[in-house]
Amino acid sequence: MQHNLFLGVEAIAQGAIDGGISGVYAYPGTPSTEITEFIQGSEQANKKGIRSKWSANEKTAYETALGMSYAGKRALVCMKHVGLNVAADAFVNSAITGINGGLVLAVADDPSMHSSQNEQDSRFYAKLAMIPVLEPSNQQESYDMAHEGFSISEKLGVPVMLRITTRLAHSRAVVVKKAETEQNTLALPADPTQFVLLPAIARNRYKNLLSKQNIFEKLAAVSKYNSLKIKPGKNLGIIVCGIAYNYLYENYKDSECPYSVMKISQYPIPSEMLQELGENCEEVLVLEEGYPLVEETVKSIFKKNIKISGKLNGILPRDGELNTGIVAKALGKTILTGAAIPDIVVSRPPALCQGCGHHEMYAVLNRVLEPYSKGRVLSDIGCYTLGALPPYKSIYSCVDMGASITMAKGAADAGLIPSIAVIGDSTFTHSGITGLLDAVNDNSNILVIISDNESVSMTGGQESSALGKIESICAGVGVNADHIRVAVPLKKNHDEMIKILEEEIAWNGVSVVIFRRECVQAAAKKKRSEINRKNEKAD
Amino acid sequence: MKTDIILAGVGGQGILSIASILGDAALKDNLYIKQAETHGMSQRGGAVVSHLRISGKIIHSDLIPQGTADLILAVEPMEALRYLPFLKTDGYIVSNSKPFQNIANYPNICEIITEIQKQPRCVVIDADDIAGNIGNSKTSNMVILGAATHFIQIAPEKIEESIKNVFARKGAEIIKINLRAFWAGRQFTAKNI
Repeated sequence: MQHNLFLGVEAIAQGAIDGGISGVYAYPGTPSTEITEFIQGSEQANKKGIRSKWSANEKTAYETALGMSYAGKRALVCMKHVGLNVAADAFVNSAITGINGGLVLAVADDPSMHSSQNEQDSRFYAKLAMIPVLEPSNQQESYDMAHEGFSISEKLGVPVMLRITTRLAHSRAVVVKKAETEQNTLALPADPTQFVLLPAIARNRYKNLLSKQNIFEKLAAVSKYNSLKIKPGKNLGIIVCGIAYNYLYENYKDSECPYSVMKISQYPIPSEMLQELGENCEEVLVLEEGYPLVEETVKSIFKKNIKISGKLNGILPRDGELNTGIVAKALGKTILTGAAIPDIVVSRPPALCQGCGHHEMYAVLNRVLEPYSKGRVLSDIGCYTLGALPPYKSIYSCVDMGASITMAKGAADAGLIPSIAVIGDSTFTHSGITGLLDAVNDNSNILVIISDNESVSMTGGQESSALGKIESICAGVGVNADHIRVAVPLKKNHDEMIKILEEEIAWNGVSVVIFRRECVQAAAKKKRSEINRKNEKAD
Repeated sequence: MKTDIILAGVGGQGILSIASILGDAALKDNLYIKQAETHGMSQRGGAVVSHLRISGKIIHSDLIPQGTADLILAVEPMEALRYLPFLKTDGYIVSNSKPFQNIANYPNICEIITEIQKQPRCVVIDADDIAGNIGNSKTSNMVILGAATHFIQIAPEKIEESIKNVFARKGAEIIKINLRAFWAGRQFTAKNI
């Protein structure tokens, strides 16, 4: 039996390959990126012809996956939690259309916001869409659920969400693989109206989805991923969801857990199992990563009055990820603490790499904006967001993908002139183009700086959908060709860059200035892989 | 047996290579492993940490609980101190003495070293210097790994095999120089403890 040391995300990727997918669709986003990267790099996936190129954004990814499902094949779609906001329209409606080939959405939440702007809990989206969720507690379950998720999806006729959080995504453990499932053959839906959500059809489809809710719950009640261990005569019962299971049992690694424990790794919450837990205790502690979804729900399910403890009554912190110590405290156990961090230690925040083109962009931008009051630069999501920190402190917003251009337009509409957007190349093609179209149609007086490093850099240098297309996209959207300017962000070009920015600030209309130089990390990576290739040849 | 190790450093300093090597060695020893690492934003020159847990018994948490780590292995001295709350009272610190100064307010390095040496069990080693003498300063992470092998319950010969596996793609010359760095680190601790 082959043992593989897999990250949680890699386990999902391998599980999906072995589970018979024909395609994976995704936009990079920490902590979900490596699912798709693993499939792209997998020889097995390449031999099987699994389609794996990056999508322009999460919405296009989700819709394309749904199209593959429509055509009868199994598709995996991956994103980070906030990516699901972008894909939400497609996601929620795909629960109404239902699926044809199995469709699994792997979504990675980021409690503690290690690399995100919020810590929203994707399970709420699944609840809204009324579809089942699989939430693995370890790497093996991540593999098993990805493998099995497609047949669950096909059996139930709806997409299935596979939800993980950062620690499982980026932690390695041994995974044992299962037999490979063959890919589906091309087969259109039996009912040709299934995907046509005209109101008359949609009403029927929605009734169909509602009628399945009991089936989803029955399946969760017998799921091998859910379990209930009753310890009679104990006052306390514990509900653990996903990875929280580990933090509970880490507290009992040398002894038996004395309390009744219900493990939830497949939703909807099986209510009969929950009743049985309720009959055997007076108080229930809920351990879950993310928002208190289960904690809020169980109260209404219990028939008798049971005290619920967790994030809502302050036993556990409302924000941030869980860990063994936090759970120990909630259980009233003594916690070990090591020595304190000495006062001398200072924080070391992430910073732009040495030699990065964003440095030159911000240096020049700060110079050009010296005559004006602060607060005129609206920005976006990418490495260049670090421009909010010292030494540059250049930007005043980072909200969601693409919001720089539209917020700059809104601020200009309100009278803030000059109003400037700073956006990266892949963020521009992800969600910036439509905002630019709004600005052109309204002849807004804004300057859009596209800091183009020709890759999706913050997530590790994936290929950018914008590569080689930015000027033609801007011209196509209707930006005046004289006001689409390009320069190379190098120190020696500062004077030229300053001149371009000053001229475009003076112009009353939509300007796009593209500062283009390859990401230094991507360039170094290219060089390393060339050296490795040479070595392999030499060997 | 169990060894819980905090691997600490700055993005790009080679922590994940150390983690891969130890993971590979533990796997070959049929041990349970969990290894949590930092991806994403912090990798851009920020503080990065990996929790590596190796055990003969099943491991639950992906993260090492505070006050229980057997070893802090740091390729950067200030980063060694950042994770002190994780170290058990009789745990070891093996730290590089060479600072990575990518921030304006980096503290006085002598004071940092003094703080590390206040801890009851520590090995402070100028890994960059040793690596430089061997001929490639980029192998300082292997010097630190070698220096720490005295406190990791895996035979150093097995770790050597895993260095060969993990660096296989990089060619024979790179493997050779990394192995020299590894054994030089091991020797340093043997002499200085």
